[in-house]
Amino acid sequence: MAKRVGIEVSLAVSHAVQLARAEAIAAYPITPQTHIVEHLSSLVANGDLEAEFINVESEHSAISACIGTSAAGARTYTATSSQGLALMHEILFIASAMRFPIVMAVANRALSGPLSIWNDHSDIMGARDIGWIQVFVENGQEAFDHSIMAFKIAEHRRVLLPMIVNLDGFILSHVVEALEFADQDTVDRFLPSYSPWHHLDPKKPVTMGAFGMPEIFAEFKMKHQVTLMNSYDQIMKVWQEWGQLTGRDYHPVEHYKTEGAKVLLLTMGCLSEVAEIAVDELRSAGESVGLLKLRLWRPFPFAALREAINGAELVIVCDRALSVGGVGGPVLAEVRSVLYPMASRPKVLGYIIGLGGRDVPPEAFKEIFSQAQAEAEQEPSEEFYMYGVRG
Amino acid sequence: MDKFDVASSQKYDVYASRLLPKEEYFVGGHRSCQGCGEALAVRWVCKAIGKDAVIAHATGCMEIVSSGFPQTAWVQPWIHVAFENTAAVASGLEAGYKILARKGKLSGNPPKVVAMGGDGGTTDIGLQALSGAMERGHNFTYICWDNEAYMNTGIQRSSSTPYGAMTTTSPPGKRSIGQPTWKKNMMAIAVAHGIPYVATACPSYLFDLYFKVKRAVETPGPAYIHILSVCPTGWRSATDLTVRLGRLAVETGVFPLYEVVNGRYHLTIDIPELRPVKDYLKLQGRFRHLREPEIEFIQRQVLAHYDLLLKKCEAPYPEFPPLSQTEEGE
Ligand SMILES: Cc1ncc(C[n+]2csc(CCOP(=O)(O)OP(=O)(O)O)c2C)c(N)n1
Ligand code: SF4
Ligand SMILES: [Mg+2]
Repeated sequence: MAKRVGIEVSLAVSHAVQLARAEAIAAYPITPQTHIVEHLSSLVANGDLEAEFINVESEHSAISACIGTSAAGARTYTATSSQGLALMHEILFIASAMRFPIVMAVANRALSGPLSIWNDHSDIMGARDIGWIQVFVENGQEAFDHSIMAFKIAEHRRVLLPMIVNLDGFILSHVVEALEFADQDTVDRFLPSYSPWHHLDPKKPVTMGAFGMPEIFAEFKMKHQVTLMNSYDQIMKVWQEWGQLTGRDYHPVEHYKTEGAKVLLLTMGCLSEVAEIAVDELRSAGESVGLLKLRLWRPFPFAALREAINGAELVIVCDRALSVGGVGGPVLAEVRSVLYPMASRPKVLGYIIGLGGRDVPPEAFKEIFSQAQAEAEQEPSEEFYMYGVRG
Repeated sequence: MDKFDVASSQKYDVYASRLLPKEEYFVGGHRSCQGCGEALAVRWVCKAIGKDAVIAHATGCMEIVSSGFPQTAWVQPWIHVAFENTAAVASGLEAGYKILARKGKLSGNPPKVVAMGGDGGTTDIGLQALSGAMERGHNFTYICWDNEAYMNTGIQRSSSTPYGAMTTTSPPGKRSIGQPTWKKNMMAIAVAHGIPYVATACPSYLFDLYFKVKRAVETPGPAYIHILSVCPTGWRSATDLTVRLGRLAVETGVFPLYEVVNGRYHLTIDIPELRPVKDYLKLQGRFRHLREPEIEFIQRQVLAHYDLLLKKCEAPYPEFPPLSQTEEGE
């Protein structure tokens, strides 16, 4: 039976990977991801996980070695953060284009400079277009669950795409939470042993990674696009199946007290739990406000987001990353463009918060809520707002 | 011809193509230039590797000429990922097969893993990944096609480009003699990793190359082979001189053929009397701008390097101590 334990979230993620029976792990240390792979390496060292752990000399080699293990036909896992993800950048596109179902945790951390080891989403937002499936989790239980489900989604024959589970560095990765483990039998039934659809085998030789001339390149991209969009159905199926096994349901856009709300806050990752407190307080003060939590980032849940708006007049997008010199936050840009074609669309305002580990207490959301309402009543004074930043 | 025996095989070198396996693993139809020494090397290396192998290849001439979708010249299973990470991809392949074998998910033995890349992909941008893979001790063979420049992108200098050579980024001019630096000693770098097998080779010496590759893939642990590959396009040499130029590189001492087995150097092709380097340089347009003093400098340097190599071959001790066995059991 499932047991409840108090555990650091990074270790819970390692145990999820152990339960998923990952066969190969290649990783390189970077704060705040390190606890995940440290623990995995001790699981392997103690014989508690039958896997190869490759201590590579860089993240570039980590993801490259993952392509190698995956091409050999092994269930493959890695984890990184920030500069590590940036160093992988070139290879991330290739991993998805070559359809290797690698699963990776990104313990989100600011990108330098200045150097910061603390949390924001600038690392992953720089990797939006890598063609991987991407989810955000908001607490330890979700981090655990999604680390298992990711393998099942990625490896499905109609998907065969790599997948990233984003968890906020430190504020999630390093906290101790009470969460429910799954037992090995349940996970084994849910996630059978991996048998690759294509791999490198002298008995059936294939060429992988041939280059594309102009007359075929765009068709490859089209296939990738279609496959990633179609993975949505499989993601829903896997989440439902897990929900039936565990009683924990997941949706691409999660709603919190959105019924009849005129104003919707929109957050990602563990900011959502703080925003919930603010929504509770605002609601009890009589405000018409709710919270949308964007869980599925790629493929973008177009229909689910449009549906979730449900007559709201103002959407306040809270971004944890800044597109310097651009339209503000990446989530703002995407949400605005997804909502734009709606016949009656809400106003969409964007706030950048929590950069480089800046604390975001519930009061911040309450303040943003009232500021945004005032701004929405007139011509907005700025394209987007940097909240709580000394200028 | 299955026994590794370079010395006696040399007598039959001219018959090599008849005595070595007929099966082709790098098949015709690829788009390399006429007289390409790299393509020649690939062809014979793949024969030596045999069919139970998996190849990871770096971006570069040999990848581009051979793998335009939907065609391929590769008979063995083959993967190309990027330019600088081939040794890391190979590390993953090796580890992947290892765990699958351990879990009983492989039928038969794990395939041999071979990584291949050009001199740029090896001695410059891929050096870190290669160093990591050698240091970790993966059971794989790394083969460097050394045509002494970034040819695929149009003949730019690499750290493996020889002193004085003209490339598009080391052009001779009023203030330049061409490549200003001496060729990087990649062999010494590989040896410094304490790996069991390191060798140079050249497709102008087919037996030597064939048996070295065979030995490399059969050696447990990392093996490194550095193959001089004449490139008529980049060297500005006649396309029918490829094999001759490879021989001249060896006969002049510019590119000696040797092995370093468990840290012990020895020449596999002994040239009792080296020819003047001029014989080699004058057939290549990339050295055409060099004047006497520069050629003399190259001559002196080549002899000095050759001399040092001979000393290493005579050394009574290896470059690193043999791995002692750990005590097993109680
Ligand atoms: C990260 C990266 N930088 C640069 C390139 C461009 N590039 C492709 S092949 C190549 C040169 C290859 O030279 P070498 O490794 O010597 O192989 P050759 O083509 O000479 O056989 C370069 C610079 C690339 N593909 N990736
Ligand atoms: S440029 Fe040189 S190495 Fe490249 S295909 Fe042509 S001859 Fe071969
Ligand atoms: Mg080259």
